Amino acid sequence: MPKFTRRRLIQTGLAAGAAIATTRCGAQTDAPVGTPNNPAPGPEVNANKMKDVTLRFIGTGVAQINDIRDKAQEDLGFKIELKALSTEENNQIAITQPGQYDMFDGEYFSLPLVIPSGNLQPIDVSRLANFDKIVPFFTTGEFNGMPVEKAQGTAPIKVMYLKDKDSKEFSATPTNWATMVPFQYNADTLGYRPDLVGREITSWADLFDPAFKGKTSILDIPSIGIMDAAMVVESAGLMTFGDKGNMTKAEIDEITAILIAKKKEGHFRAFWKTFDESVNLMSSGEVVLQSMWSPAVTAVRSKGIECIYAPLKEGYRAWGGGIGLSRSLEGAQLDAAYAYLDWVSDGWVGAFLGRQGYYSAVPENAKKFMSAEEWDFWYEGKPAAVDMVDPFGATLEKAGAVRDGGSFEERMGNVVVWNSTMDEQVYLVQKWNEFIAA
Amino acid sequence: MYQPWKTAKPYFLAAPQTLVFLMFLVFPIAMIFIVSFWQFNIYSMTPAFTLDNYIGVFTSGATLPTYLNTLKYMVLVWSLCLAIAFPVAYFLSFCIQRESLRVLLFLVCTIPFWTSNIIRMISWIPLLGREGLVNQLLLNLGVVSQPVEWLLYSDFAIVLGMVHLYNFFMIAPVFNSMMRIDRTLITAARDMGASGWDILKEIILPLTAPGIAIGSIFVVTLTMGEFVTVRLMGGGQSASVGKLISTQIGSVQYPLAAANAVVLLLATFALVIGILRVVDIRAEL
Repeated sequence: MPKFTRRRLIQTGLAAGAAIATTRCGAQTDAPVGTPNNPAPGPEVNANKMKDVTLRFIGTGVAQINDIRDKAQEDLGFKIELKALSTEENNQIAITQPGQYDMFDGEYFSLPLVIPSGNLQPIDVSRLANFDKIVPFFTTGEFNGMPVEKAQGTAPIKVMYLKDKDSKEFSATPTNWATMVPFQYNADTLGYRPDLVGREITSWADLFDPAFKGKTSILDIPSIGIMDAAMVVESAGLMTFGDKGNMTKAEIDEITAILIAKKKEGHFRAFWKTFDESVNLMSSGEVVLQSMWSPAVTAVRSKGIECIYAPLKEGYRAWGGGIGLSRSLEGAQLDAAYAYLDWVSDGWVGAFLGRQGYYSAVPENAKKFMSAEEWDFWYEGKPAAVDMVDPFGATLEKAGAVRDGGSFEERMGNVVVWNSTMDEQVYLVQKWNEFIAA
Repeated sequence: MYQPWKTAKPYFLAAPQTLVFLMFLVFPIAMIFIVSFWQFNIYSMTPAFTLDNYIGVFTSGATLPTYLNTLKYMVLVWSLCLAIAFPVAYFLSFCIQRESLRVLLFLVCTIPFWTSNIIRMISWIPLLGREGLVNQLLLNLGVVSQPVEWLLYSDFAIVLGMVHLYNFFMIAPVFNSMMRIDRTLITAARDMGASGWDILKEIILPLTAPGIAIGSIFVVTLTMGEFVTVRLMGGGQSASVGKLISTQIGSVQYPLAAANAVVLLLATFALVIGILRVVDIRAEL
């Protein structure tokens, strides 16, 4: 007579659990149905197969927008799925769950983390239609001899190219193998409430002005917050850096000590982590001067509250986003991915994002899809001839307004530092936690 | 065939729950424990057996202040929850005679759960902020001449937020325990000349102890792992162990986060065992 024992039952249960777990894991790596394994040589043939393709995107909220997806599906004929994530979640999935995405819409400073995982495949530059039209600080590192050429931090050009088709190493000089195709970027700076600040903010050092004690804020994301802090500390003359974008342990110690001292004085009102938090802090008047992202300034203004995105004499901190291809893409799916890369540089997306204040990697193409008044306001720094309306119908600026910081060249040319992943990233996060705990 | 079925039946009945527990509780915790010994660098982790993560946890200058801070919140939130929950539950179970009114008032206690966490947090700003309602009231009454800053983005705000969130987890078990107290005991005590205070001390408090213990376990475990309230109400300026772990996860430092999680789990276990030592929940249920 068979007798069930406790041990027997647990064993069976565990085995069943393990079996379920393995089948679940296995299922995820399957390619979507309808993808032939052998790549077809001619684009005519692919055009038909592409209809069955679905490309799954992961990305930060900026471009994971349904309007962009719908337009892309309409123009390209295949399906697109979007997933909007925070920068941190985006990195985590890119690194740890390669089966979850086909297209990585991420930031350049994430690449030193993502590329070594081998989850992205190098992009064949010779297959791209618009690559030579991309703004040169992405592709060659040059930009009319302006400060951005020497910008510190994880500048896109430092992580733009890989040494070879199968390499995981970045190449300092241009090659035929790119990590991502850039399509959106911006220059960030401090935002402030002129009605509550009472004077013009002209330097990063103003963030440490005792007059604003208890009314300032910075970002609580180590890779970005530390760069803003470095700009502040350096311009206030409190310390100097060899390279702000790649600090030594001693430099990290020094800057966190300064930040901790300021925090203990009660200089900061709060630290923010999400876009909405920064908007709330500013519009409620809890904070009058803080590091901000450009659409957050726009969001504050759209509530009828004056907010200035200050052009500072030391220059801007910039970020850049692009699209990378998952290692697992092949055949018709890979062709579809390349078609998307050409489409994203073709101008429609550039114009769509441009109307919210982001820049396109191929401005000349974006210009084709923008009205002359829009182009003059967003790129040329000229007064708005008509009201500026964003793609969702909200009026961002009244006629006559001028973009803070001026033209594209004035803003992007004066970038002095990019968001960074440092060699001492682990140590930085540890010290950042000490700063928060202090 | 009758005999084995009878032996197996309880196991079959318990099997679904056991499987769910194994897959969604034991397995993940085991994974966290394993990963906490792995090596990692800025972009990847490799299976290994190293104590570096634990050494990192115990030597980091952030660990001790963070744990002390978390414990401080825990003690404050727990004592405030108890101080509020006991009279509320007492009022509901002993002072309200009509069953329907009692149910209604009990439901009123659940109001904090009617909106999402994020919305609740945001709605504190217009109330406690520098230009918020409380400050305007104080200014208009002439109590203060400058807006009070510590109402928001401070330890006060964090504790307030957590008490607001978790009080119900204390009210419910305490209320439940009080409702099970045999009313004839109280009548008998009164007949024998016990004062109200005596009844509270000798009858109600001991018989409510299991409810208090269960509520304490809820509040303590929830508070120890808290990071959203700490971040939003503290304006990101205050530390808790949960927030520390979330920053490490955000920076893809899983093994370090796992080691911290294991330490936090053990610390919380110790607290729960401590509570169970003081009050034997099973014996008094």
